[in-house]
Amino acid sequence: MSAVGTIGPRISGAARKLPTWPVYLVGMVPGGFLIWAALTGGLGFDPVNKLELELGLLSLQFLLGSLLISPLLRFGRVNLIKFRKALGLLAFGYLVLHFLVWLLLDLQLRWGQIGADIVKRPYLTVGFAAFLMLVPLAATSWQGAIRRMSSQAWARLHRLVYPAAILGCVHFIMQEKVWTAESLAYLAAAILLVGSRLAWIRRW
Amino acid sequence: MTRSHHSPRPLTRADVTPEGLWLNRRRLIAGLGAGSIAGGMGLGAWAQEALVPNEWDAITSYNNFYEFGTDKSDPVQNAGDMVTSPWKVTVDGLVDNPGDYDLADLIGDIPTEERIYRFRCVEAWSMVIPWNGFELNKLLAKVGVKADAKFVAFETAVLPDVMEGVNYPFLDWPYREGLRLDEAMHPLTIMATGIYGRPIPNQNGAPMRLVVPWKYGFKSIKSIVRISLVEEQPYATWQATNPREYGFYSNVNPEVDHPRWSQATERVVGSGLFGGRIDTLPFNGYADQVASLYDGMDLRENF
Repeated sequence: MSAVGTIGPRISGAARKLPTWPVYLVGMVPGGFLIWAALTGGLGFDPVNKLELELGLLSLQFLLGSLLISPLLRFGRVNLIKFRKALGLLAFGYLVLHFLVWLLLDLQLRWGQIGADIVKRPYLTVGFAAFLMLVPLAATSWQGAIRRMSSQAWARLHRLVYPAAILGCVHFIMQEKVWTAESLAYLAAAILLVGSRLAWIRRW
Repeated sequence: MTRSHHSPRPLTRADVTPEGLWLNRRRLIAGLGAGSIAGGMGLGAWAQEALVPNEWDAITSYNNFYEFGTDKSDPVQNAGDMVTSPWKVTVDGLVDNPGDYDLADLIGDIPTEERIYRFRCVEAWSMVIPWNGFELNKLLAKVGVKADAKFVAFETAVLPDVMEGVNYPFLDWPYREGLRLDEAMHPLTIMATGIYGRPIPNQNGAPMRLVVPWKYGFKSIKSIVRISLVEEQPYATWQATNPREYGFYSNVNPEVDHPRWSQATERVVGSGLFGGRIDTLPFNGYADQVASLYDGMDLRENF
């Protein structure tokens, strides 16, 4: 067997020995740095906007990371499935913070404008929809939920992550004034990762 | 003229204050309780009506100048290599004295004054900037506007060697903007050549930029190399890029939202993490001086 052929199983074997808690811990580090920077004036002259943007990006990054786990197993024989839940929950955690910063620090609980914006602004409608889609996934992320729901129903519910990831990237693109390579790259990655599921999901 | 917080009067030479003094006044005001202001002190009255300028660092490192990159922090990092002296400005179209002028010859003899304006970006943030400059109408008087001119068109420099952004076609370079002639002649409309009494930094539009305080910031075109007096409404970059979202007039208007976000309120740049958001004022607070320019116009149609 070639070196390339053995690398997948080797990574999988190493991963099997690792606990999952360090993923949570390491995943919280960038958020910790960000909040530290926000509190110490390290985010520039429009810190609310910067904090909002960076938390949203962290959420997208972890969400796309969680979507990478299955293709790695299918196409690369690298089994990191045990870390997928951590990545998904980190994505959701950053999304909640992103939403709270918008609500509390940016809009400052101006409820009239908040309600009107979510309904009237497509980019906010799209972002809010993605958030709502991820709520039941976070709520059913514990082991007991899978048993109670039947694993088939659970798997089907969790396919909500696909539209959520794509809508999250669309939300990112729509709030920009011009097309940027960065935001388009996020969307391309999301489409590629969701599209890769066509290779093995036969019945939707 | 009404002297209220909502309608800052045009400031004169007498109002010019060195930056250091500004900062002292700001501290002084911050230290004053509401009670002492209510006591009828002259300073209290000043504090109520004056706009408090942002710090130099905020004004000069939080910029939209897409020629130098699309991040707010790009212009301060990338604009340093632009050479602004000598600087050529072409004046053409319906003028008595057209020509390619050296900027110093064109404006050197026009005295400058300080104007403290709120600057409201279409992205729903604002800051307060103490510009140094002169009324555009003084420059126009020098070049002589012909009777059939109805609009003024402006163009920003395109310098591919120092402006990374112009090598990518996300906007149709050069950046262009325009004003109706009466808007251009209005005494609030200035050409700025300085901030806080210092030469205007490259990232803020050196050596000369337009400032139209009652319009969204993108109308206030930077680093101008061409001024044309024309009969037809000229090309305006953002209007042409997305006519559904950006109009030719682009007057600050809390009632007319950008299709993708509300214009009812604005984030106050430099106010920190909990500093806030204020209500946006019609014509950015300059309604008393400029609303009459648009009498009889539907401002929803002509946004």
